[in-house]
Parts: sequence; structure tokens; C-alpha cells
Amino acid sequence: MDEDRVIICRCEEVTLKRVRELLDKGLHTMDEIKRISRCGMGPCQGKTCRPLLAQEIANYLGIDVGSVALPTFRPPTKPVKLGVIARGDECD
Amino acid sequence: MTRSAHVAVIGGGVNGCSIAYNLAKQGCTDVVVFEKSYLCSGSTGRCGAGVRCQWGTEMNCRLAFESIKMFETLNEELGYDYDIEFKQKGYLILAYTEKEWEQFKLNVRLQNSLGIPSRLVTPEEARGIVPGLCTEGMLGATYCKKDGHCNPHHTTWAYARAAERLGVRVKTGVEVKDIMVRNGRVRKVVTSEGAYNVEVVVNAAGPWAKPIGAMVGLDIPVYTERHQILVTEPCAPVQDPMVISFSKHFYCQQTPHGSFVMGYGDPTEVKGYDIGHSWQFLERMVQVVTPVLPVLKELRLVRQWSGLYTISPDCQPILGGTPKVEGFFMAVGFSGHGFMLAPVVGRLVAEQIMGRPTSLDISMLDLERFDRGELILEPSVV
Repeated sequence: MDEDRVIICRCEEVTLKRVRELLDKGLHTMDEIKRISRCGMGPCQGKTCRPLLAQEIANYLGIDVGSVALPTFRPPTKPVKLGVIARGDECD
Repeated sequence: MTRSAHVAVIGGGVNGCSIAYNLAKQGCTDVVVFEKSYLCSGSTGRCGAGVRCQWGTEMNCRLAFESIKMFETLNEELGYDYDIEFKQKGYLILAYTEKEWEQFKLNVRLQNSLGIPSRLVTPEEARGIVPGLCTEGMLGATYCKKDGHCNPHHTTWAYARAAERLGVRVKTGVEVKDIMVRNGRVRKVVTSEGAYNVEVVVNAAGPWAKPIGAMVGLDIPVYTERHQILVTEPCAPVQDPMVISFSKHFYCQQTPHGSFVMGYGDPTEVKGYDIGHSWQFLERMVQVVTPVLPVLKELRLVRQWSGLYTISPDCQPILGGTPKVEGFFMAVGFSGHGFMLAPVVGRLVAEQIMGRPTSLDISMLDLERFDRGELILEPSVV
């Protein structure tokens, strides 16, 4: 498998190679890997990459995937145009 | 078994890591950094990532200008594998009131006297710098091309890794529970993984500066306040500088990644440790910023979060030691601009700890200035 061609985070184009490189450099939590690689910071809010990244960390550390701490889920669940929010106090 | 370190730095934010790196660089490598969560998990990693030298007091101007010069070569200095994403595309500070405009004239005169290449610009010139800027109600602006953006996560990590290469121990997930003082000087730090005998303790705990100070019997006069922030989807580069207004309480910058990061400092925000988020912020932020930068209306909000400002009585940091507790040093109370000062603060506080003359005189930033009543009020904060 070519790790450089396997995408973990589609929004931010983070590859499996990048994730494994950061694990080797000592970043062992989703929060840390997110902040350095932007994995999970894109418009889909990590809906695809969270489980993939959690699994990679679990495999690397030899722990159960359930014990990998998830980063905070932040609003909005779906991207919204600022122009729509700006009209928030008007009636449609 | 009690372990030991010459210096214990409390806080794995950018200032704690910068101090640790600079100590090691200056020859003191027996340093341990305690971070209760992960590096950059507090205020540093939540900040707006702006870096500017357009300040209203000589002290902040000097510190920030020196820091910007250090950011320019920081990737090389720290031997960083990635990129701290330092971008110098300027800060454009908008004036909407006569009072603001008069203050800005004074600020620019002060900045220029210190070598900072800021200048006053007309609304027309401002539109040339930021195409699409709506200048309605604007009296003018100030602009400095040396200002800009830097990535706080990468910067902190770069400092921590460089410090570790020099022998510093960086301990994440380790919380400081207590500090023992005997005969007026610090002796021991009690952590969640045991005690350390130490000669020096550095309080770089950001929002937790006050409780850490209380461990040695100091009352550090700072309070914490939530500031909210949002980020949009990325788009092609359309806005070079950070656009900021003190009277409208907002800042907004396009990052090198292409996304816009913006914040609104709610004047009615209550003090405390709440780092939740509110829909009221979104509405207010967007209603304030989109009339000034209408292009933003077409961009999608991706995420909102918040972080804490740790505010001192004069909005200037508290740096250095105190005669009240020997061996206890502080780098606290940055009042919302700790990230941009970290390079120079790390060097200066390390110099103080090493007992050397500091390369910039920061003796008036000591804790005792509040006892003396010698505050240095900063007029230019969001």
C-alpha cells in the first residue's frame, strides 16, 4: 500500500503517510494530530476522518479504539454561509 | 523517589515552550515543562494567530517589534521540519471615531520613533490595500506591512521540539498540584506524577496563572474572560492584511491556508473559565464584520470555538521574578496578545532566570508595579 496515496482527511488532504509520520514524532492524540496536520478541520467537520484517525492511533499504540479520546465536536454540524447568519434576525 | 530539575516551567503553551527553549539555548538544559493536557491546548491554540507591532505603548511596541524580527527567522532558528506559517501581509487598523483617529496619530508617531514602519492611510488608500473593503463611516486607518499571521500550533510545537533536542524534558498530561516554598524560596513542585526538587519555577500557566500563583502565596491580579472566534472554509487569497477595529471590537484575517479567522470581543462578556460557544456570538460577529468586508457573506462558516484572555490591570504582561518568593518567575497576564510576544518573552525571561542583564529593559513589567501604582495602560486592545 502506498501510504502517500491513501487519504485520511479528504477536506484537508492529509495522507496516511503524514499521520504515521506524526505518530512517529510523538503526537499520539487526535487533538495533537488535528492541530498540526489539520486532519478533521475541514468543512465536513471530520465526519470521515475521525474514525480512520482514531483507528490509526489505536493500531499504533496497540490500544482499543474505544479508548482513543475524540476532539471536541464544534458547531456548526454543516457549513453555513455567513450571509445567511447575518440575516438571522430578519424574517424570510 | 523525588526527581529534580533546575527549572520547572508550568504551562505548555507558546510562552512556556519558548522560555524552556531559550533557557536551554542560554545554557540551562536541566529544565522540565509541565503541561496538564497537550501542548497548545490552552489559550495559545485558541488564539486568532495575529502578530502585530502596531501598539499604543512603547513597551508593547518594543516587545512586539522585536518578536516580529524573531518570527522572521524562527523556522531556521528552531530547525523546524514543517513551517510555522509566518505571513507578513500587514495589519490594517480602522478608525471610526475622532477619539480613535487622534489616538492612532499618536500611536503611529510613537511606532515610527521606534523604527516600526507603520503609517496613516486614507479610506481610499485602505481600499487599495484591501479590495472590497467598505469604508463607510471610516475616518482613516493605520497600516504596517511587518505585521501579519503565524500558526500558533506549529510555533509551539517547533519550540517544544527544539527545546527537547537541547535536553529539556517536556511532560504533557502532567498537572502541577502544588509548589512548596521554604524560607522564602521555591523548593519543590508536586505533580500528578510525583514531586520534583527545583531551584526555579516559571509560571506560564495562562488562564491558570492565578491559581498557580496562589500555590506560593502570591495574589496575581489577573482575571480570565472568554473570547469567541470562528473560521470559514478556505478560498483563493483575496485579503492580505488582518483587518481590525477596536471600536467595533473585531479582527478578521485570511490565513495562508485560505480560511478566514475572525473574532469579536464582546464588551459584555462575563469573567470566568467558560470556554463554551454561543449562537449569539455568530450573529453579532457576522453582523459587525460583513458590512465592513461584504465579500465574506459568500463564505461558509466551518467552525467556532473560544479561548480565554488572561487580563492584567493594565493589559500588559507580568514578567519576571518577585522579591516575595525567591526563584518564582512569571510570564502571565498577556491580556490576549501572548502568542505574538512569545519569541521575545522567552528570551527575556530566560535571561532574567539566568541572572543576566536583559537585552530589553522589562523591569517595569514586574508584579510589583501594581503595588507601586505604576501601570502602563495599553489603549489598543480588542
